[in-house]
Amino acid sequence: MGKKVGIEVSIAAAEAVGLCDVDVVAAYPITPQTHVVEHLSELVASGDLDAEFVPVESEHSAMSVCCGSSAVGARTFTATAAQGLALMAEIVYIASSMRLPMVMFLSNRALSAPLSIWNDHSDTMMVRDSGWIQVFCENGQEVYDAIFHSFRVSEDPKVSLPVMINVDGFNLTHVIEPIEFWDKEMVKAYLPPFRPLSKLHPDKVLSMGAFGMPEIYAEQKQAHDVALTSSTPVILQGWDEMAKLTGRKYSAVETYRAEDAETLIFAMGSICETSTIAVDKMREQGKSVGLVKLRLWRPLPMGDLRKLLAKAKDVVVLDRSIALGAANAPVTSEMRALMYHEPQRPKIHCMIAGIGGRDVTPDDVVKMVNMALSEKDYEYHIYGVRG
Amino acid sequence: MIEMRFHGRGGQGAVTCAELVAQAAIDTGKYATAFPSFGPERRGAPVVAFARVDDNPIKLRSKIYNPDVVIVLDPSLLEIANPTVGLREGGILIINSSHDPESIKKQLGYKGKIAVVDAGRIAKEVLGLPITNTTMVGALVKSTGLMEVESLKEPFKRRFGKIAARNIQAMERAFGETLVVA
Repeated sequence: MGKKVGIEVSIAAAEAVGLCDVDVVAAYPITPQTHVVEHLSELVASGDLDAEFVPVESEHSAMSVCCGSSAVGARTFTATAAQGLALMAEIVYIASSMRLPMVMFLSNRALSAPLSIWNDHSDTMMVRDSGWIQVFCENGQEVYDAIFHSFRVSEDPKVSLPVMINVDGFNLTHVIEPIEFWDKEMVKAYLPPFRPLSKLHPDKVLSMGAFGMPEIYAEQKQAHDVALTSSTPVILQGWDEMAKLTGRKYSAVETYRAEDAETLIFAMGSICETSTIAVDKMREQGKSVGLVKLRLWRPLPMGDLRKLLAKAKDVVVLDRSIALGAANAPVTSEMRALMYHEPQRPKIHCMIAGIGGRDVTPDDVVKMVNMALSEKDYEYHIYGVRG
Repeated sequence: MIEMRFHGRGGQGAVTCAELVAQAAIDTGKYATAFPSFGPERRGAPVVAFARVDDNPIKLRSKIYNPDVVIVLDPSLLEIANPTVGLREGGILIINSSHDPESIKKQLGYKGKIAVVDAGRIAKEVLGLPITNTTMVGALVKSTGLMEVESLKEPFKRRFGKIAARNIQAMERAFGETLVVA
């Protein structure tokens, strides 16, 4: 295996995109995504990467360029965060509905107002129903590996859907950590060339993104949903093949000391690593606590999750965003809905943590679990809020 | 695990300092992370950066509240705030200053281990610039024994290219001139 290199996660991700020999990068710089785009522009300028770098004037244009380039069969990449994603949201839905393969690096950041450049998951939750494949990453190595996996899955003719890689802004993007690099031969063996089933070409004229009358709209939505939910085998196979190449095995859902745990912490993204330390602390105190880490958010691995959660008495979801006025925060709502018809189901608690960049320590996670287990109601709580 | 906090001003290279230490540790087979205090960057404004080094993979991703080592790149920061806040008992404070260790300890009301080097002067003489990041790496290595000077040369070369040699010289001079007082 290759030697581990100490490198900033954003730079490593851009290097991975370069190794995938991407054809088009269209992006607008926005904190904390900037270093990814900056480094890609350097790779293109230096001639190390033969690609079109389109420095668009807005994220709406970035996603529009991505749709166009994917439609003609070009390997396509973009990156954004928070307000950038909000601005491109209109076209985000179009990219997936038109089944256009591409990869987005989403540097997760809180939505304004108040203006915050810091990490939470409110941006990605805004487009959770957009029909993209959506994965979360726990550390820098996962982010780096996810780039290769995402292009492979996205461009697979059986899938043909865009993939969004969720990377916690600053908490992951700006950290220098050890990352094991791939070489060109590994990428060549893992990632086949992009051969779309159909593409825009003047020699063979076709229409994409046509008008959808009431007679066809519902069928199109069903087809999209089937495509997304049927992509799981390709996603899993992509991880299996990667394990053969790198020795690193990823799954849709993973656990940490969860066997026989009465209480399960449920988390997504970089907070998972911090939570493992909290689990160790609570285990030392003789408490039966484990962790469920969800990597694949869309399509949701419902069967795996039902099996895992049914075994616990209590599940404490660490939600990284708030759904104002809703029954609960997004991830908690979803887990409750998932378990509602199960004959054996845990109590599912909601702790909203780390929003707008508020730091979460292992002690905070321990406190949240204790608070959740002693609560009298089943409302959501914003942890650590003052006043 | 060793946890470090770097205090500097925007443009002095506190973040680079943390990164170089982490990269050197990773090069030698250890595990390390380095990260800035997340936020907007402004030249001249106080900046904090962090690094962790361990023999095992590092899972902890929160900020560092109780560092084992505090490194101060700019002596003027001592007048704004006390950099020893949260410093673990038995830890070390490493300061760029032209003053003697005892007077700094007195100024800060600090009783622990201290390392002092006139990094500003060394940087000006060797690099021609008052950028003290690479110089302070020398003081860090000398006073903590965390790694060898040798293991920093490769990260320096990757980072600085043509001007690596002068930065290595600055680091080595600081290593020789750092005064450590228990």
